[in-house]
Amino acid sequence: MNSDLFSILVMQSFNGLSNFCVLLLMALGLAIIFGQMGIINMAHGEFLTIGAYTTYVMSVVSQTWAPWLLDAYFLLAIILAFAIAAGIGLLVERLMVRHLYERPLDSLLATWGLSLIMQQVFRSTFGAREVSPTLPGWLMGSVRPTDMIDIPINGLVVMGLTVVLTAAVLLALFRTRWGIEVRATTQNRVMAGAAGIDTRRVDRLTFALGCGLAGIAGAAFTTIGSTGPTSGGLYIVDTFLVVVFGGAESLIGTIASAFAIAQAQATTEFFMTGSTAKVLTLLTVILILMARPEGLFTVKVRK
Amino acid sequence: MTTHDRPQPFHAGIDIPLSRRTWTVGLAQALVATLFVGGLAGGCSKSGETLESSAAAATPRGIAVTDTEVTVGQLHSATGTMAISETGSIQAEQLAIAQINAAGGILGHQIKIIQEDGASDWPTFAEKAQKLLVNDRVASVFGCWTSASRKAVLPVFEKENGLLYYPTFYEGLEQSKNVFYTGQEATQQIIAGLDWLHKEKGAKNFFLIGSDYIWPRTSNKIARKHIENVLKGTVVDEQYYPLGHTQFGSLINKIKLKKPDAVYAIVVGGSNVSFYKQLNAAGVTAENQTLLTISVTEDELLGIGGENMVGFYAAMKYFQSLDNPNNTAFVEAFKAKYGEASVIGDVTQAAYLGPWLWKAAVEKAGSFDVDKVVAASPGIELTTAPEGYVKIHENHHLWSKLRIGQVKADGQFTVLYESELIEPDPFPEGYQ
Repeated sequence: MNSDLFSILVMQSFNGLSNFCVLLLMALGLAIIFGQMGIINMAHGEFLTIGAYTTYVMSVVSQTWAPWLLDAYFLLAIILAFAIAAGIGLLVERLMVRHLYERPLDSLLATWGLSLIMQQVFRSTFGAREVSPTLPGWLMGSVRPTDMIDIPINGLVVMGLTVVLTAAVLLALFRTRWGIEVRATTQNRVMAGAAGIDTRRVDRLTFALGCGLAGIAGAAFTTIGSTGPTSGGLYIVDTFLVVVFGGAESLIGTIASAFAIAQAQATTEFFMTGSTAKVLTLLTVILILMARPEGLFTVKVRK
Repeated sequence: MTTHDRPQPFHAGIDIPLSRRTWTVGLAQALVATLFVGGLAGGCSKSGETLESSAAAATPRGIAVTDTEVTVGQLHSATGTMAISETGSIQAEQLAIAQINAAGGILGHQIKIIQEDGASDWPTFAEKAQKLLVNDRVASVFGCWTSASRKAVLPVFEKENGLLYYPTFYEGLEQSKNVFYTGQEATQQIIAGLDWLHKEKGAKNFFLIGSDYIWPRTSNKIARKHIENVLKGTVVDEQYYPLGHTQFGSLINKIKLKKPDAVYAIVVGGSNVSFYKQLNAAGVTAENQTLLTISVTEDELLGIGGENMVGFYAAMKYFQSLDNPNNTAFVEAFKAKYGEASVIGDVTQAAYLGPWLWKAAVEKAGSFDVDKVVAASPGIELTTAPEGYVKIHENHHLWSKLRIGQVKADGQFTVLYESELIEPDPFPEGYQ
């Protein structure tokens, strides 16, 4: 019995970590768009859906025309999901979002409208039914270190992907010229412009990158859930929650917040029913936000 | 709202009271809160109160019928989140009506359909029901899918004395003069299935799982009563997750810890896909766990992927793989009209029964008049039903059989068991 309990403990810890990675992966793109640029992108979930459908299409394509690709298509799909979501993000920025930088309320409505349009496009293109890509064999099943412990492989893959992406984004923000420009623009747009930074270009790239990250998250989520026209909408609330709770301008805050929410959720879920656990987690978040309206972490800026 | 402790951008001489970011953060917090409240309220509205309908005063309402044509309504969600599920019903009803028309119609009248879209929004359902009954004066309506949409239109149908054929298996606890329920009510679907688990699989300990709204909760309540009082077994745990939940790791670990003889699952919608995928990934398969669900049909399997559920069981009154001449013809006609790849689930078949049951009742009554059709309905038998044989009970539900199907990797079921005809009992004594 003791070994049973131990195994459950191990699996439950893994479960918490895996939830953490899912939340973080979802929030990463939004943390950049919302946190750094201040755009409330209600269509963020739909960029996730783009990534998921890209994976689905790749799966169908490789099944029909290139069976030899079946084992590797998933990696290809991730790259493609990024490219397509980022490309569409660039287009959206060009046509719509850039006109709304000074009008957050309007950006909220406009991107909400965009999300409805995108959902209907998905529905017309792929049908209303939910679809799932056929996953390559190596993504299925579980690792079994002992007889009792099952660690799902898809969870491990999502975890690995999250670590790589987070590291890449952190590096990009803090070790590249683009990162410096983004941070400068965030902190003071007028001064950044005066210092010779093309702030419009920074906006464009940042928005596209955020959308691209959402695309990758969408591709990764096909391993744990299904894809339908409105799937992205399921994630949008959690995503905003993580970003706002962490402190909108702080990427470290987003990571910490995703970790805290996921662990709280996983732990409470184990001891009570799922719905109660969710309510409890949300209540805690609300209380903390009342005490700290800026979220867990704030960027120190001269006042 | 004070701003003194908020980060302020450094600005020389330009006085902007609040930075854009600060203001968007506040806005987003409000937004998140609103979305949650909205989500919760949405969940609540799904679980409307159970009401035993009163016989509403029948308002006289003329019916749109000419010498050669009779008009009926179709009210499903063609858009929105429920479109996934309701599309099959729309197709099946249209197929049945096309077949009836091809065979000469009803009492010499061709059936004309006015299709309205409930758009997955319950007030819209009520509004469109009003439009169909009052403006279009339809003779009958085939529609609704979720209990919430049915609850929304019920007062309209009772007030305007309309006629609704409702296809979904549901929680029971309802009976109206103006509605015929062509799917199973909860006891029909649950009790025989649990008995089968008990007898064939020796199940004594059950783990009940559901999405958190009225149908799974009411169904599990009936299941628990039956397990504890009749089967003398135990319910080791009962767990609910919000609609749309996608992370089932904790739940799966609980199943592993409790090791129940059988899992009884009523998870719906997109959550289904996550649940079974994760179950499979965590090593819980038919080889080491018995699982029976009443919420997965061929439609859902399409999304879940048969390979993720191989060997698990589902309790339904209809499976596409049923081997009888009625069903062979039905499946063939359905595929001819909607494509070789289409799948047919339990509700789709129940929706197909609606127009045929209405036709039989109209012909027996010799009239399209709602009161006469309702009076003629009890006792009507349909021997041509794809599920085999059904009969309308006085309580407006159908006598039907329950079947147990086992999931195959190709997304179809192998039918393992078939019950006797079960009497519908929407208000089961001892189960509430």
